[in-house]
Amino acid sequence: MDLKLRVWRQKDANSKGGFENYDVQNITTDASFLEMMDILNEQLVNSGQDPVAFDHDCREGICGMCSLYINGRAHGPDTEVTTCQLHMRKFKDGDTITIEPWRSGGFPVIKDLMVDRSAYDKILQAGGYVSVNTGGVPDANALPISKIDADEAMDAATCIGCGACVATCKNSSAMLFVSAKVSQLALLPQGKVEASRRAKAMVARMDELGFGNCTNTGACEVECPKGISIAHIARLNREFLFATCKE
Amino acid sequence: MSGFMSSSIGKKFFMSITGLFLMVFLLVHLTANLALLFGPEAFNKVSHFMGTNPIIQVMQPVLAIGFILHILYASMLTIQNQKARPESYAKTVNGHQSSWTSKNMYILGGVVLSFLVLHIINFFWKMKVTGSPLLNEVEVDGEMMENAYGLVVGLFKDPQLGIVYSLVYILGAVGLGFHLTHGFWSSFQTIGMSNDLWRKRLTAVGYLFALLIGAGFSIIPLFLMITA
Repeated sequence: MDLKLRVWRQKDANSKGGFENYDVQNITTDASFLEMMDILNEQLVNSGQDPVAFDHDCREGICGMCSLYINGRAHGPDTEVTTCQLHMRKFKDGDTITIEPWRSGGFPVIKDLMVDRSAYDKILQAGGYVSVNTGGVPDANALPISKIDADEAMDAATCIGCGACVATCKNSSAMLFVSAKVSQLALLPQGKVEASRRAKAMVARMDELGFGNCTNTGACEVECPKGISIAHIARLNREFLFATCKE
Repeated sequence: MSGFMSSSIGKKFFMSITGLFLMVFLLVHLTANLALLFGPEAFNKVSHFMGTNPIIQVMQPVLAIGFILHILYASMLTIQNQKARPESYAKTVNGHQSSWTSKNMYILGGVVLSFLVLHIINFFWKMKVTGSPLLNEVEVDGEMMENAYGLVVGLFKDPQLGIVYSLVYILGAVGLGFHLTHGFWSSFQTIGMSNDLWRKRLTAVGYLFALLIGAGFSIIPLFLMITA
C-alpha cells in the first residue's frame, strides 16, 4: 500500500521542529510500523537526506525502547502493543499517518522522534530497588506469598518503562509508571524493608522532574502496552500516605 | 509533613478530602431542601433549624474553608498540569476511552462555582446580611421565624425572571451532577481506597450519587414550575 507520512522533524533539543511530508510506496501489510520507518529512512538516505531518528531496540515488544505518537495515540491504533509490534495492516492504502514524538516536559525531544526518557531512570534510582541481599531463587513454598499478591506483583513488573502513560496522560503524569514500580516491590516481602522510604523518594523525584499530577482519567492504562491497571496508582497513594503517617 | 503538603499526592489528598467533605455537605443541604416539597411550614422549620443550630453555625466557616481549599488546590494542580506539557500534540485522540467529565473537571468546577456565587447572592446573602421583604417573619407552631419559603418561591416564581432562575438552577445542579460522576470515585482512588474490584463498585455508587444530587436539586425549581 501507498501512504503519506507527516513526520515531526527536529534537528536537536534546542531547535524548533516542524512537520515534513513524505510518501512511501509498496508497503506490505505484513511489515511492522518500524519496518515501514526503515523503508522511509532508506529512501531518505538514498536521496541524500537526513534519516528520521526514532528509538527502537529489541523489536519484540519487551524492551520499552520504541515510542511514537501515531495518529494521535501512543504506540498507534492497536491496543496493548508497542510500536514495534504494530503492523501496517492496521492502516489503509492512501492513509495519511501523523507521527509525533512523546510530548512531555519530563521527556524533552533529543532529535526528530527521539525523546530523553532518562527521567524514568532517575525515578528508579530514587528507590525502585531492594538493597537487601535476597540470595538465590527461594524454594517455591518457602516464602509465604499468596497467589493473588504474586500475580499482582508480576503484573506490575511487566512495565517496560516505555513512557506511553506519560505521553497519553493529558497532564503528562508519570503515576502509572511509578505506581507499577512501587507495586511490584510493595507486594512482596523483599520490598517491605524500604517500603515507606521508597514511596516517598520516588514520588519526590517524579515531582521534581516536571511531570504533571494524576487526575484519575484512566487514559494511561488504556494505552499501556502491558495493560497495567490504575489500581496500582491507588496502591501508590496508599503507600505514600502510610509512609507520611509513619514519619 | 512539609514534604507531604508540597508533593503531588499530598495536594491531591487535599482535593480528595475536601471533595468528600463537600459531598457530605451536599447530602445535608439536599435533605433540608427537600422539606420544601412538604409545604411552607416544613421548609421554614427546617430552615429555622439550620439557621439557629449551633453545630451548623460552627460548620459554616469550616464549609467555606472546604470550598476555598478545594478551589485553590484545583487551580494549583491545573496550572502545574498545563505546564507539564509545554508543546501539545498536533493530532490527538488522547484519553479516547476516558469520560469527558474526567478530563474537564476544572471546567465543570467553574460551572459549579459560578452557580454557587449566584446561589449565595440569591439566598444566603439575603438571609444573613441584607434581608428581604420576602423574608418577613411568619408564625409556625407558635414560634416566629423567617419566611425562607417565601424567599425561595419569590425567586422561582418571579413573574419576569422566575423561569430564567429555574433553568439556571437546574443547569447548576446538572453541572454539579456531572462533576460528581468523576469526583466521587476519584476521591477514593486518591486516598488509596480503591482496587480493580472496588473501582467498579465505587464508580457505580458515584453515578448513583451524582444522579441523586443532580436530580434532587433540580426537583425544587421543577416542582415550583409545575405547581405554578
